[in-house]
Amino acid sequence: MDAFENTVQRLREAFSSGRTRPAAFRVAQLEGLGRFLRENKQQLQDALAQDLQKSAFESEVSEIAISQSEVDLALRNLRAWMKDQKVPKNLATQLDSAFIRKEPFGLVLIIAPWNYPLNLILVPLVGAIAAGNCVMLKPSEISKSIEKILAQVLPRYLDQSCFAVALGGPEETTRLLEHRFDYIFFTGSPRVGKIVMAAAAKHLTPVTLELGGKNPCYVDDNCDPQTVANRLAWFRYFNTGQTCVAPDYVLCSQEMQERLVPALQNAITRFYGDDPRSSPNLGRIISQKHFKRLQGLLRCGRVVIGGQSEENNLYIAPTVLVDVQETEPVMQEEVFGPILPLMTVRSLDEAIDFINHREKPLALYAFSNNSQVVKQVLARTSSGGFCGNDGFMHLTLASLPFGGVGTSGMGSYHGKFSFDTFSHHRACLLRSPGMEKINDFRYPPYSPRNLRVLLMAMEERSCSCTLL
Amino acid sequence: MSNKCATKGADPEPMLGTEPFEDTVQRLREAFKSGRTRPAAFREEQLEALGRFLREKQELLYEALAQDLQKSPLNSDISEIILCQNEVDLALKNLKTWMKDKPASNNLLTKLDSAFTRKEPLGLVLIIAPWNYPVNLTLVPLIGAIAAGNCVILKPPEISKRIEKVLTEVLPQYLDQSCFAVVPGGPEESQKMLQHKFDHIFFTGSARVGKIVMAAAAKHLTPVTLELGGKNPCYVDDNCDPQTVANRLAWFRYFNTGQTCVAPDYVLCSQEMQERLVPALQNAITRFYGDDPRSSPDLGRIISQRHFKRLHELLSCGRVVIGGQSDEDDLYIAPTVLVDVQETEQVMQEEVFGPILPLMTVRSLDEAIDFINRQEKALALYVFSNDSKVVNQVLDQTSSGNFGGNDGFLYMTLPSLPFGGVGKSGMGRYHGKFSFDTFSNHRACLLAPSGLEKLNEVRYPPYSYQAQKFLRWAMRSHSCTLL
Repeated sequence: MDAFENTVQRLREAFSSGRTRPAAFRVAQLEGLGRFLRENKQQLQDALAQDLQKSAFESEVSEIAISQSEVDLALRNLRAWMKDQKVPKNLATQLDSAFIRKEPFGLVLIIAPWNYPLNLILVPLVGAIAAGNCVMLKPSEISKSIEKILAQVLPRYLDQSCFAVALGGPEETTRLLEHRFDYIFFTGSPRVGKIVMAAAAKHLTPVTLELGGKNPCYVDDNCDPQTVANRLAWFRYFNTGQTCVAPDYVLCSQEMQERLVPALQNAITRFYGDDPRSSPNLGRIISQKHFKRLQGLLRCGRVVIGGQSEENNLYIAPTVLVDVQETEPVMQEEVFGPILPLMTVRSLDEAIDFINHREKPLALYAFSNNSQVVKQVLARTSSGGFCGNDGFMHLTLASLPFGGVGTSGMGSYHGKFSFDTFSHHRACLLRSPGMEKINDFRYPPYSPRNLRVLLMAMEERSCSCTLL
Repeated sequence: MSNKCATKGADPEPMLGTEPFEDTVQRLREAFKSGRTRPAAFREEQLEALGRFLREKQELLYEALAQDLQKSPLNSDISEIILCQNEVDLALKNLKTWMKDKPASNNLLTKLDSAFTRKEPLGLVLIIAPWNYPVNLTLVPLIGAIAAGNCVILKPPEISKRIEKVLTEVLPQYLDQSCFAVVPGGPEESQKMLQHKFDHIFFTGSARVGKIVMAAAAKHLTPVTLELGGKNPCYVDDNCDPQTVANRLAWFRYFNTGQTCVAPDYVLCSQEMQERLVPALQNAITRFYGDDPRSSPDLGRIISQRHFKRLHELLSCGRVVIGGQSDEDDLYIAPTVLVDVQETEQVMQEEVFGPILPLMTVRSLDEAIDFINRQEKALALYVFSNDSKVVNQVLDQTSSGNFGGNDGFLYMTLPSLPFGGVGKSGMGRYHGKFSFDTFSNHRACLLAPSGLEKLNEVRYPPYSYQAQKFLRWAMRSHSCTLL
């Protein structure tokens, strides 16, 4: 009997009561979420500043506005998403009602990380609520200020019989995972992703795992170095590099590298000034542990930009490394910090080969004025998401599914994809109780004639639809 | 190692030697890396070859299915061969459409970009199939995996021995063997296979083994589709025509000798209804299988001694009102109906998976729904009633993989419906386009212009309040709400 037993039980009972099913209930919760974001905006920005030294701008753009946007999208589309989806029929079922019904799974567990602690817990929550589930939220204990607001303030905006926030570290999370859930949504590292999936396997619980990896970024010779450097730098150093979809390392030719480095310096100076440490637009590393890890990476290759660090302040300067070896730590683990290693390759083929020798990443980037080059990289590699000539803008489009592949994850969400992720799609066929004579031909004793009629009935109506 | 498809109509040749499994995995991975399976032409070729396999080896398949399960040719046709043929045809007809990039709507920030979802193969897929519909449940997933551009290792069911032989020795001759392999084996071999890394594992079988598969997949972060089972409830309302219901119920229960994951597993009805249903069921059974079902060519046999013994035990639950005969030498169990069964008896504790139908009485619709909801979510759920409100009430107040109103699993013939379980009955789905989607990576793609850098100025630091407001507004604009 542990701390979570009662809560899990309570939420299950609430789900069984049918409380979360009506659209009106879901709408009320989503509106509550919207009010939570609006009424506590200042506190949320303060908490994000405390935890990660996020600027108001970054908090707005990557946490608050994105969450608000998802709430609004769900409110606008909820009824359409909830509708039974009719499907094309064959001859045997012409007179029947055939459709897909979306149903909630039941009790959903959402485990969120610390790097976008608001976004990565609220956006899945929007989907789970819209789909009619009860939800147990497990925010990261590392982003403490946000955790506090989620635990103490958020519940006031939701129906607390159906939603709960669980607190704790790895030990508590392990205990939480022993319970049975109807869906588990996890954002975090591949290492913990395996643990989550193994725990889910014991109960045959389906999962969505949003993991990470090393996101390659190919920079072609045919490009404008300053444009590329601007884009690269923005997406790399945003949130102090602590972004699962940030460009992790660059592959380019020696010549390109020589043009890129000064351009990157320009971009960094432009964005953060001559003394990035005093820029209000640069954040800090989340914890001692990660700071030490990143400090270690500063010893890899050769520092050409930045390289400064200060432990008391959890500060790491926007850094660029060159001459890195594949075997060094900075090329072995996900950087997840404001350090950008550049690796030289002799050709596009070599770059693609290098990429394909490694695990499939969450994101992949290619910069080139030549769209054929971009398309080639796209065609010859695989990843969760891909962006040509920019960073992770694809994230902002709720019409694109956001998720990984291979060790970078499984499943996807955002927008309607969230609703679908947290729904069971139940195939339904409603037939008439009468007209039994029509069924005669399918009953034994069987004759060749029976078969002919049956087969014809099973054929798909050629005109109905090829776009299933 | 021969790569191309064998000549049509060749006599079955046994596989020369057995390659160590690691080597098969390695070889197929290299084939995938080479890009061989990507072009539409290759996929179409393999699908067409599958179609030829079904047509040219039809007699061989009938024979094997008759030997393993005593399936009648009609059963083999509608639930195995023709069903697979339909899926092949559907995939061939729609492949290019399914493969197309799917455009996505933009917001203001990405207005000048090209946004779309690209379907890509996952890589190396493992398909593990069961014995009850051994052709269907091996080939239909295979069709999806091929259409999606993957390489595939098939593990056919070892319990249906003749089919296993045909799939292992004959099927590969039709496919490009550098990209597809059939690896036979029992539970021990399966365990060893599961230690390897695959890019998707598609498993049809019991929940018990499903957990083992998912746990093995977790070690490699391999996504899985699990088509499992359970006890599929069937509620029969007082307001119905007993003979119509009995016909439909009996047909779906005794088809394939009851060895069907979506068959109605038990009936819930009132005492009065039961009294009308039993004679109607007897009528249906006599009509379908004659006075001596044992001599009917349309009734199959139990797959193995082990399952026979299991089912034989279930015959002592409750009270036999129809059938109840069995013959071990023949692996024969008569189409049987049981009444007065207790919830705690074996027949109500495990999936029946045989030609035995227990009837349980309830006092109301609410009690039936309550009973259903206290059990694990089933793969299928059935309701029979003249009153559509009753049908809809059960639909609304329960959950299951699939749902049939006033009939059995006819929905299986509609590839436009996703086929899959929920909760203990499974995760993921397939058939038709759902198969293609299951075996694909849906890659979110955004192609931005390399120039027009001035437009991006607004997002760069040093951050200004104006920029913040603009970005917030731009992110929330959507050209289309129907995603």
